[in-house]
Amino acid sequence: MHDTISNVNPAPYTGRPVERVEDAALLMGRGRYGDDLGVRPGTLHAAVLRSPHGHAQLLKVDASAAIAAPGVHAVLTGEDVRRWAQPFVVGVKQPMEHWPLAVDRVRYSGEPVAVVIAEDRYLAEDALDLIQVEYRTLDVVMSIEEALDPGQCVLHEKVGANIVSDREFNYGDVERAFVQARHNIATEVHYPRNSCSPIELGFVLAQWLPDEHGYDVLSNFMGPFSLHAVMALALKVPGNRLRQQIPRDSGGSFGVKQSVFPYVVLMCLASRKAGGAPVKWVEDRLEHLEAATSATARKTIIQAAVDEQGRVLALKYDQIDEVGAYLRAPEPATFYRMHGALTGAYDIPCLYVRNRVVVTNKTPTGLVRGFGGPQVFFALERLMDLIANKLQIDPIELRKKNYVRADQFPYQATAGAMLDSGDYGRLTDMAVQAAALNGLEERRQHVQAQGKLYGIGCSAIVEPSISNMGYVSTVLTAEQRHRAGPKNGAIASATVAIDLLGSVNVTIASAPAGQGHMTVCGQVVADVFGLQPAQISVNVEFDTAKDAWSVAAGNYSSRFAGAVAGTVHLAATKLRDKLAQIAAGQFNCSADTIGFAEGSIFNLDNPSQTQPFTRLAAGPHWAPALLPAGVEAGLRETVFWTPDVLKAPDDQDRVNSSAAYGFVFDICGLIVDPDTGSVTIDQYITAHDAGRILNPALADGQIRGAFAQGVGAALFEEFRYSADGNFQSGTLAEYLMPTACEIPDPTIIHLQTPSPFTPLGAKGLGEGNNMSTPVAIANAFADALRKSHRDIEDIRLPLTPSRVLDLLDTQDPAPRHADPQAASARKSSAGGLRLSASGVVDVSASAEEVFDVLLSPQALARVIPGCHELTAVGENRYRADVTVGVGLVKARYLAQIELSDIQRPYSLRLKGSGQSSLGTGSGDGRIQLENTSTGCRLTYDYEAKVGGKVAAVGPRMLEGAARIIIGQLFAALGRQASGESGQSWFTRLLKWLGLNGGGAN
Amino acid sequence: MKPPRFDYLRVDTAAEAVEALSQTEDARILAGGQSLMAILNMRLAQPSLLVDISRSRELDQIREEGSWLRVDAATTQARVEWMPDLSRKVPMLAQALPYVSHFQIRNRGTVCGSVAHADPSAEIPLVLLALKGEVVLRGPRKQRILTADAFFQGMLSTARQPDELVESVKFPMAKAGHGYAFTEYSQRHGDFAACSVAAVVNQAGIRFAVGGVADRPTARDWPRLTGTDLEDALNDFSWELQARDDPQVSALARRHMVRNLGKKIIAQANQQCHPDSIG
Repeated sequence: MHDTISNVNPAPYTGRPVERVEDAALLMGRGRYGDDLGVRPGTLHAAVLRSPHGHAQLLKVDASAAIAAPGVHAVLTGEDVRRWAQPFVVGVKQPMEHWPLAVDRVRYSGEPVAVVIAEDRYLAEDALDLIQVEYRTLDVVMSIEEALDPGQCVLHEKVGANIVSDREFNYGDVERAFVQARHNIATEVHYPRNSCSPIELGFVLAQWLPDEHGYDVLSNFMGPFSLHAVMALALKVPGNRLRQQIPRDSGGSFGVKQSVFPYVVLMCLASRKAGGAPVKWVEDRLEHLEAATSATARKTIIQAAVDEQGRVLALKYDQIDEVGAYLRAPEPATFYRMHGALTGAYDIPCLYVRNRVVVTNKTPTGLVRGFGGPQVFFALERLMDLIANKLQIDPIELRKKNYVRADQFPYQATAGAMLDSGDYGRLTDMAVQAAALNGLEERRQHVQAQGKLYGIGCSAIVEPSISNMGYVSTVLTAEQRHRAGPKNGAIASATVAIDLLGSVNVTIASAPAGQGHMTVCGQVVADVFGLQPAQISVNVEFDTAKDAWSVAAGNYSSRFAGAVAGTVHLAATKLRDKLAQIAAGQFNCSADTIGFAEGSIFNLDNPSQTQPFTRLAAGPHWAPALLPAGVEAGLRETVFWTPDVLKAPDDQDRVNSSAAYGFVFDICGLIVDPDTGSVTIDQYITAHDAGRILNPALADGQIRGAFAQGVGAALFEEFRYSADGNFQSGTLAEYLMPTACEIPDPTIIHLQTPSPFTPLGAKGLGEGNNMSTPVAIANAFADALRKSHRDIEDIRLPLTPSRVLDLLDTQDPAPRHADPQAASARKSSAGGLRLSASGVVDVSASAEEVFDVLLSPQALARVIPGCHELTAVGENRYRADVTVGVGLVKARYLAQIELSDIQRPYSLRLKGSGQSSLGTGSGDGRIQLENTSTGCRLTYDYEAKVGGKVAAVGPRMLEGAARIIIGQLFAALGRQASGESGQSWFTRLLKWLGLNGGGAN
Repeated sequence: MKPPRFDYLRVDTAAEAVEALSQTEDARILAGGQSLMAILNMRLAQPSLLVDISRSRELDQIREEGSWLRVDAATTQARVEWMPDLSRKVPMLAQALPYVSHFQIRNRGTVCGSVAHADPSAEIPLVLLALKGEVVLRGPRKQRILTADAFFQGMLSTARQPDELVESVKFPMAKAGHGYAFTEYSQRHGDFAACSVAAVVNQAGIRFAVGGVADRPTARDWPRLTGTDLEDALNDFSWELQARDDPQVSALARRHMVRNLGKKIIAQANQQCHPDSIG
């Protein structure tokens, strides 16, 4: 029957570049984003107090002053959270406690410590500054290397180590392959922390319902809805007591709105603390960049056994994922999403894997577009280039030699992925042809003639879509899995209904974030019913209390085209079959001969028997008595679909981690400018096989977006931390996302090899370039430097000017007249926020007089810049209230100041540390004095440290600011010591420091 | 990310603005707000009063005064950028303005605001310094005029007193026989420069200025150096700037850019300094 209909009416909409139905509303300000929806009267607003420390014991949280502040209704602290919630479950068997709010220790800069609930967000933020928190700082663990070192501070004492998972996998006779292979080629690569920051950030509106012992939530959490169970368990309520709704529109997600889920729990508790008033929280950019989520950082040692022809016989991966302070669900999924497909596009029979997960004092990781793919392919595709280089084989030929062949599909990869369809060699040839057309080699000649470097690189990847909800259980041993029970599948759901006037309504459980789900569902359903897409109403709001949904619901793992749109097609077809039965009853014919086209339902054998779709489809509502025998009342069909190929991991740890696998082949030509260290993409060809394409315009939009983010990861984006645990990328001036100016338009090529495993033959294509582009750029960069400089294996992303100039061995000739003072003042140590300097100042007062000032509290109060009050708390120890800053940027710090190592009148040490609403600051200075004929000479050495917000948003300002503040200190010291008469000294000092010591406004 | 409480006063004249500044401790001028609003939202500053001059017609003038182009406090960067003859009158400013962030920001941001904020990486302060421009400060009792060199005193720090308004800035107009050139490097278009360079070259010598490297824009005057003499001078200068390291760009990279971009931009200014090349 399906064939008959498609012969009469081949899909007029599916597969065509239909315009997006979403755009008119979005472009004209009528989007329905969470923050725009309006709230009930009495809704309160939350602001989150966050840790300024990377790692500290939480000694005391005193919110009394905040609670007394205007407009504040309540403050939620760790005590409340302990009472009403329990830690989130973690994906490995470890006693790790991750609460939505720190209860006894903070483990990353930006971790929530308290929530102020007030009448508006302004008042809530005002009150944040009034919460007094006492911390005892602990040593931080900031890198994979430190986390592996058993001598370092342990983040989770109950776990006892910073390695929280260590699994080994063996597929085939790997050792034998390595013994027999002609070549053994290995390399070590690193992938950084980065993200895909959306325009609209996290949003939660939560309400505690005391009468129902439950919670009601509207948020832009995007799934996977397996996490609904994690949230309900944390709140200690059954699933049906945590209702979650998702608004129609979400301003981008790229995976990261998975990280809204801890805030859903936190705001539920905040509402409970506020007695059941609805509480709204909208994440701001600083909160988002600092504390929402990140891709995992990964270190990989990858090794290949290669025969003389360049065939890879075996691979060994030693991977270490850095997941931040907590293993937050669904981690360690970054590893296991890719597990079945670790052999990539290649037919490699033997595989060894060791996966270690480590925790550090950084923001927890989670879904970021590409999830797991960028890390794996950065290693595998760098390795393929190294093999090609070592064996002197063209890198594209080497890849083709190793590809899974077109006649092998469906092909079970060594670790279990069932690669469904494709023709990798053919698509590669198509990309190579396009590169020739774009004149890549000619571009190389041309650019090199201008004194710049040019590199060409490629990458080949398989792009998984529709995640197997059981893949994370691969982290458990087979025995542990037996005990826990099997997990598998990727259940998608869709409902199609016809209303009283015969119009068609579709609902899906997918929580879209701008991808055009309404458009595509309209296309698919219109074709099934012979209608126009504009006649189909698609509702993408989501409600766990009323919709059909299951564990895999949500908007992730590129599951829309393959799973959701396919399930919509199944549901529409089921309803159409019912309508065909009803029509057959009326036309007195067989249901097989009923046709649906151009808004009519008709008898194919007797076209004069026809009725408008709306009339015939409305009838059963009004006159159920006319239904043929055996046809039930109601015109609403819900279908749940799960791919048959998604089984639980088997006893040999093989897992088909995704239902479908697309293929991407990229070629990149790039320019390196040795004058500035800049890297510019010159040409980019990206070739995709994502099965059947449902809307080519949307597909190309997905490719362009992923490509832009891939370029961002390669050249611009990285979450940076100082060595002492401070986050340094708190604004979009510090976390550099590429803009339209930096992104060239790629040449896009398609091949469509339908998937046999999805209802419409479609596969995901939204993440491929996040996986393929960073490594294609790295390979092109290596090629540029290989020709002119040397082979570089360990290319660290992003390729910033500093990194590039280092790799180019840039000369930094010494000045003709070295100025030792200037040179010594320039000791900025690694980490960037430890600001140190030293200097020499001549003071027109004796060393004794300078000491008199330093040891007198009254005089010292006048010397410390911005000091309002100085109270002695012990011998040479003071508590001070100081305003510190430069220009208009300043904050009031409560500080401790201490003088020590006093050797009057020769030397002493002046230390200070303090805390303000902008974070923490400290300084440690050593001062030496020596009398001269005109007074004395003061030599100082200082090191300042800055943490918290000011470090996150203004790292480029700190060095200059510290210099000004230290300058102010010594200027005032000189003035005091010489009894205000030291104007000449003061002027000299200012001249030397190059500062305005006075009105620094 | 909401600002702390502040009072707001909209004024029409310079006199009103200065009066408000002098009567209220910790008052700030709000002009285009392109730096100030972000700073307020992050609560990096807590001014008690914002004096909004953005709608003042009196303070939105562009005038030629003799050999100067004078731009007032409320005049946007876009208005100056779109002056039809800017590239003839102040060619370096015409070259630099497109680098000032993005056009949406230049539609709001003011020339004087950029000077008053004194971000060491900002383009307009660098141009003002390279051209030996001036800053007109108006206080409650007197007006004073400072050279750019005297005005810029460090990271976000200037010689402006709390009760003074940056009423205007004055750019010297192009002179015959002078060549002017500007360029910068930033990782993305519109970012604060990692290194920006400006050069004025005439028969007598070279004035070369660098932004984004030290804690303020900094200039050197040299005779017409060439070859290795010029390279040595550039290298010495690159060290004297005490280039800062930040998480994005190392001090080494900044010195390298001073040397390379400096050489390039001086050559470019040099080409344009023939007596018949201007006007």
